[in-house]
Amino acid sequence: MADTTVTHTGQAQARPAGLQGVAADWSSDQRAFKNVSWGKAMMWIFLLSDTFVFGCFLLSYMTARMSTRVPWPNPSEVFALHIGGSNIPLILIAIMTFVLISSSGTMAMAVNFGYRHDRRKTAILMLLTAALGATFVGMQAFEWTKLISEGVRPWGNPWGAAQFGSSFFMITGFHGTHVTFGVIFLIIVARKVWRGDYETGRPGFFTSRRGRYEHVEIMGLYWHFVDLVWVFIFAFFYLW
Amino acid sequence: MAEATANGLGQHTLHGTQAHDAAAAGIAPAEVHQEHPIRLYLVVWAWLFILSACSYLVDYVGLHGYLRWSLILIFMMLKAGLIVAVFMHMAWERLALTYAIILPPILVLVFVAMMVFESEYTLLTRTLFFGTEP
Repeated sequence: MADTTVTHTGQAQARPAGLQGVAADWSSDQRAFKNVSWGKAMMWIFLLSDTFVFGCFLLSYMTARMSTRVPWPNPSEVFALHIGGSNIPLILIAIMTFVLISSSGTMAMAVNFGYRHDRRKTAILMLLTAALGATFVGMQAFEWTKLISEGVRPWGNPWGAAQFGSSFFMITGFHGTHVTFGVIFLIIVARKVWRGDYETGRPGFFTSRRGRYEHVEIMGLYWHFVDLVWVFIFAFFYLW
Repeated sequence: MAEATANGLGQHTLHGTQAHDAAAAGIAPAEVHQEHPIRLYLVVWAWLFILSACSYLVDYVGLHGYLRWSLILIFMMLKAGLIVAVFMHMAWERLALTYAIILPPILVLVFVAMMVFESEYTLLTRTLFFGTEP
């Protein structure tokens, strides 16, 4: 933040004694990330914690798949679509991957135009990102519907190990929820950009603080993370 | 790719003269954000498409065994690296932040190793108890 002063380290500073000193040490102008605003640093720390959440999901999936004696259903066949008289393996998942990567590309460009104060292009690119994200969620809903109609349940499925269903619904469900929330926040930030909130310094409706174009980048960090998680899910759950 | 990234690195500009002065003096500027040419993002976007297509082809062609797994991991790590480094601007952040964010997830690998032993043990006990045939 612009109003924070950089700490000059190396000088001993007087501290109050006792608990007040502890509080002063933890609350005063000590900064580890010197040129990184608190908003961006906190988003990164949130994403780090989210990394562990998804890491644990993928780990539990690995443990379930490695420890079962029943053969694991072949994802290549389970997620195949019947198009034009033949089964194309994983085609829906591949299209979903390309859609999400494209949304990451438009988001990166929105951040770029945001810093150039090009409100129109930033808002349009963010709305395009949101549209691609919504498309992704729609395709995921189609995939869930198809699998449920074929008899996949969290407690069993027609092709093999029962843990397949629980892992699938847990991992893709949590990821889809992240995408959904991302779409909602993309629309909120795009509206702010469009209206010029970051130019006029209009207070936010929830925090009552003035926003800056950095909010677009912080929003972008979250969105790219969602794409990043999908890279790992695609590799470990669908391809492995 | 290396050429394009180097290009992006060379052209990125810091905002404000204060930032320029601070950079020249070797002091970390107080407030910096980068501006890169759009071309950089398009090149990374194209590479992500190519890498995704490659990892899809691994399945489509039907490779198996260690070749399949190593290719999946290589394409995955390349894609993740591109997204974090360029799209999330980690390549241009201060090292203190980069280390604070990138290093902790590596510790998950310790957890992975623990769970590999655990699942092998579970599989062993299941095989011993239920017999070899499912």
